[in-house]
Amino acid sequence: MAISFEHVSYTYQAGTPMATSAVSDVSFTVPDHGYLAIIGHTGSGKSTLIQQLNALLKPTAGEITVDDFTVTPKTTNAALKLLRRHVGMVFQFPENQLFEETVRQDIAFGPKNFGMGETDANKLADAMLQTVGLDSSYAERSPFELSGGQMRRVAIAGVLAMRPKVLVLDEPTAGLDPQGRQEMMTLFERLHREQGLAIVLVTHQMDDVVQYAEQVAVMREGKLVKFGTPTEVFSSESWLRENQLDMPQAAQVAQRLANRGLTWDALPLTADQLADQLAARWPREGGAHV
Amino acid sequence: MENIIEVKHLTYRYQEDDPRPALNDVSFNVHAGEWLAIVGHNGSGKSTLAKSLDGLLPFTTGEVTVGGIHLTPETVWQVREKIGMIFQNPDNQFVGATVEDDVAFGLENRQMPRTEMLPRVKDAIARVGMSEFAQREPSSLSGGQKQRVALAGIVAIAPDVLILDEATSMLDPQGRREMLALVRELRQTQDLTVISITHDIDEAAIADRVLVIDDGQLIDEATPATIFAQGERLVELGLDLPFTEKLKAALRQRGIEPPANYQSAAEMEEWLWQSLSNT
Repeated sequence: MAISFEHVSYTYQAGTPMATSAVSDVSFTVPDHGYLAIIGHTGSGKSTLIQQLNALLKPTAGEITVDDFTVTPKTTNAALKLLRRHVGMVFQFPENQLFEETVRQDIAFGPKNFGMGETDANKLADAMLQTVGLDSSYAERSPFELSGGQMRRVAIAGVLAMRPKVLVLDEPTAGLDPQGRQEMMTLFERLHREQGLAIVLVTHQMDDVVQYAEQVAVMREGKLVKFGTPTEVFSSESWLRENQLDMPQAAQVAQRLANRGLTWDALPLTADQLADQLAARWPREGGAHV
Repeated sequence: MENIIEVKHLTYRYQEDDPRPALNDVSFNVHAGEWLAIVGHNGSGKSTLAKSLDGLLPFTTGEVTVGGIHLTPETVWQVREKIGMIFQNPDNQFVGATVEDDVAFGLENRQMPRTEMLPRVKDAIARVGMSEFAQREPSSLSGGQKQRVALAGIVAIAPDVLILDEATSMLDPQGRREMLALVRELRQTQDLTVISITHDIDEAAIADRVLVIDDGQLIDEATPATIFAQGERLVELGLDLPFTEKLKAALRQRGIEPPANYQSAAEMEEWLWQSLSNT
């Protein structure tokens, strides 16, 4: 398995009168090369959960395993350096963290910091630039002359340059226009499919969850209230409403048709799934094909 | 209908020798009381346009008239009295140490006497549903709450026009819905004209009229239904496809021909139901 949480809790300012529990007794497992979406309301503990994936926060109780690394409350910081290369973190608005004079230098910064030579690091930077869909003409430009979407790509290239095996994305498409959002999600899908990167995606976009994720974790008030495939998680409209989660758009249409008496084999979650089921029962003209 | 804003042949270049102006000979009117959406992909010039309307960017050539006042360097402060703006990132527009201070800021700037100011601030905060947060630090609020406070600051000043410059794009879906519901309500009670610059299809759908900007030029102007009927082209215009259009495309791929005109979710549902019942 790639990622496992065993009874993980995290309390901010533990042991003080200000102690607040942010994550409590969370357990789940994601297989090798998995694609996990974490959903939940603002303040449900999603961000605290993902910061434990590369031990920016160590659990205050329980045990986290990411491939060959294990983190417990007692793990020393010295033991975490390799884990942090292994798990690449893309925080919200990562473009705010760009700082170098050129795009190439910015992407090469991480590898050089971990001891890679200048030539190799620059070569790697150029390759990563290509991976995120920007041609080499961008390498010599200042990152601050680029558009918001391009800056975000450069920031992601910087994370990919560390050659992580797990990529953690905290609302990676926030603030982008629809086309930019689509391109960004396609990039992650490609990295997942072609390079076998495990993806952990925090998002409010339910349509992205059903389109890309293999597993879904639903957080509420620090607890994991549901874990399963998209089909399992989005099966009950009333449960989703109780938990203030939106249904994917296709499921909303399907649900309204179900309310009028239509029955589905399984509630369709994407436009393609809905169209498939509609086409299967579509009346053919003159009944010729029935 | 009376025009609250008139824009004539507006051109703007960020650099004087820029061969491609950010805005290129843009002309349009905004009717008093309407909700106008301005859409376009990133870099199309729509934010530049918004900033030109209240003199944040001094345009190169053209004319802007707001509430009968011709915008010039001399009248810019009068024009700004008439326009309230809310930007994308709520963190970039706070000045006060508390919610109350922040909402009062605009009134203090206008040297309103304290006795008049206090009830006005209180009322503005109540109108956006943030009364219990009046003493809180803005930094302790969620994104949606911050945008509500920004709205309260505008309600306090009571401008004629509210410009939302991608003001909901950083909010979660619930925050976005709440913000839009609030703007709709304020528009009724405060007699506001709303201009929303947006990529959000739901936000554009609320509008009476949609302007499409591409490459600095005004390329289309129509009702939301007419714009949404353009299907796949919407993506090039910087909008997402409405779900009904995505579903139609998926149905066409499977040999089913849906109606060509734009349908709301309810209309689509009705059409699907009728088609499936006709067996």
